[in-house]
Amino acid sequence: MSGDPIITMDRVSKEFGDVLAVDDMSMSIREGEFVTLLGPSGCGKSTALKMVAGFLPLTAGEIRITPPKGDAEHDLGFVFQEPTLMPWASVFDNVYLPLQLAGVRRGDGESRVRDALKEVGLSRFARSYPRQLSGGMKMRVSIARALVTRPRILLMDEPFAALDEMTRSKLNNDLIQLADFHGLTVVFVTHSVFESVYLSTRVIVMAARPGRLAADMRLDAPWPRGEDYRTSPEFTAEARRISETLKGTLHVDEIDH
Amino acid sequence: MHDGAGAPINVGHLRRARRERILSWVMPIVLLTVAVCLWEFLVRYHEIPKYLIPAPSLIAETLVRDFPSLMASSWFTVKLTFLSLALAIVGGVLLGALFALSRPVELSLFPFAVILQVTPVVAIAPLILIYVDSTFAALLICAWIVAFFPILTNTVVGLRSADHNLRDLFTMYRATPWQRLRYLLAPSALPYFMAALRVAGGLALIGAVVAEFVAGTAGQHTGLASRIIESSFRSEIPRMFAALFLVSLLGIVIFILTSWASHRVLGHWHESEIRGEH
Repeated sequence: MSGDPIITMDRVSKEFGDVLAVDDMSMSIREGEFVTLLGPSGCGKSTALKMVAGFLPLTAGEIRITPPKGDAEHDLGFVFQEPTLMPWASVFDNVYLPLQLAGVRRGDGESRVRDALKEVGLSRFARSYPRQLSGGMKMRVSIARALVTRPRILLMDEPFAALDEMTRSKLNNDLIQLADFHGLTVVFVTHSVFESVYLSTRVIVMAARPGRLAADMRLDAPWPRGEDYRTSPEFTAEARRISETLKGTLHVDEIDH
Repeated sequence: MHDGAGAPINVGHLRRARRERILSWVMPIVLLTVAVCLWEFLVRYHEIPKYLIPAPSLIAETLVRDFPSLMASSWFTVKLTFLSLALAIVGGVLLGALFALSRPVELSLFPFAVILQVTPVVAIAPLILIYVDSTFAALLICAWIVAFFPILTNTVVGLRSADHNLRDLFTMYRATPWQRLRYLLAPSALPYFMAALRVAGGLALIGAVVAEFVAGTAGQHTGLASRIIESSFRSEIPRMFAALFLVSLLGIVIFILTSWASHRVLGHWHESEIRGEH
């Protein structure tokens, strides 16, 4: 199901003052892949993602995103660790924002906002305000906002880290379905081995000090996956394999974390 | 797909909230009435002369008798206060936006704003009265200086308080500077601005009254402060109280108006205006 390269990182480095956050990182992500960036805190996985999004300038190297097909207002969708909603705006207006900034009139964008809300199961909450929603629902709004422009690439920065286990696994399942339905290319940052094994078709393990690419591993289990995969022997075996790779990259003082 | 529906409505909780709302009105009114009655009673019982402490009934009588002159003065003070507040809002917000957008502008102009703020208005007022021909304009400048500063500083802080991730998102979606201001920076600054407005409303009145005190009673078209000074010279103590009452009343009206405005603007989303719903 993977196609042409859609994101290419070519010898990318990022320094914050004296600290080398990302060191000489190269990789190519193909269309339709679900890639997780996995690693301990401080390994530069979020920094790498933010450089792809264009939030951070690169110190060296180049990131290429292949030209857009032209039918979307924007090629990228981004979901932060926090829901990052505008508290003064209703759920509808929060999801409408990317269209609004692209100059789409409210009347013209309305059906697309409704579709996006429907996809994340929040149709009934269009007129609510963020403070009235639970953490999981806020995250769903954030996902709807990222998808409303019909991007080809979805970038997610530890989006479910702050949620409880039940909400998290439900959102994992919904995310797989959304990614499959829209044929999205997803780059998902996490520090959870289980989450990366469950969600993705490819895991890029990163190591810290300096932040760098340590291993690039393919997960061959059939995708899209469902709840039964979580309890299968394959899942356990893959989790062990990734876990061992990750452990090999850790510094001695990080193992107890 | 939904995680968590709305919490069931707790009837007891609602009733308690309503009772509290009523109490918050009834209690101050009851207490105020008791205090006024006690005042009236003590003045009559001890036969305190009216040139020391007049009874509330006499103050009320004075209010009615001197209604035309007191109303004209009130109108003058109201005009002065609200005009200076309006100009403070315009000046504070415009300069605040300029400061927030340009660091060099802020660094070079902020010291002047601080000097204006830390110098007591009573000390500058005589100079302003000398340099500015129109007394009303001079008083307006004094009141403006006092009310302007909190709006300026809070606007600057507010415009800078926007969430960093949201800023990144606006950058990713290629928002124009105007879109960024309209949809992100201004709403983020609003809670700070409304807090400043409540402070500045009170300060504008204080500035208007203090400046008029410094100016002294000159001319017919003067405000409540002039009525107080004038009555003091003539030892008309009840009239002093009557004018004082009107100044306080004006202060209360300003407070209620600014609080109401704040609630209208922030009530549906900002924590400061949401009372114990959870």
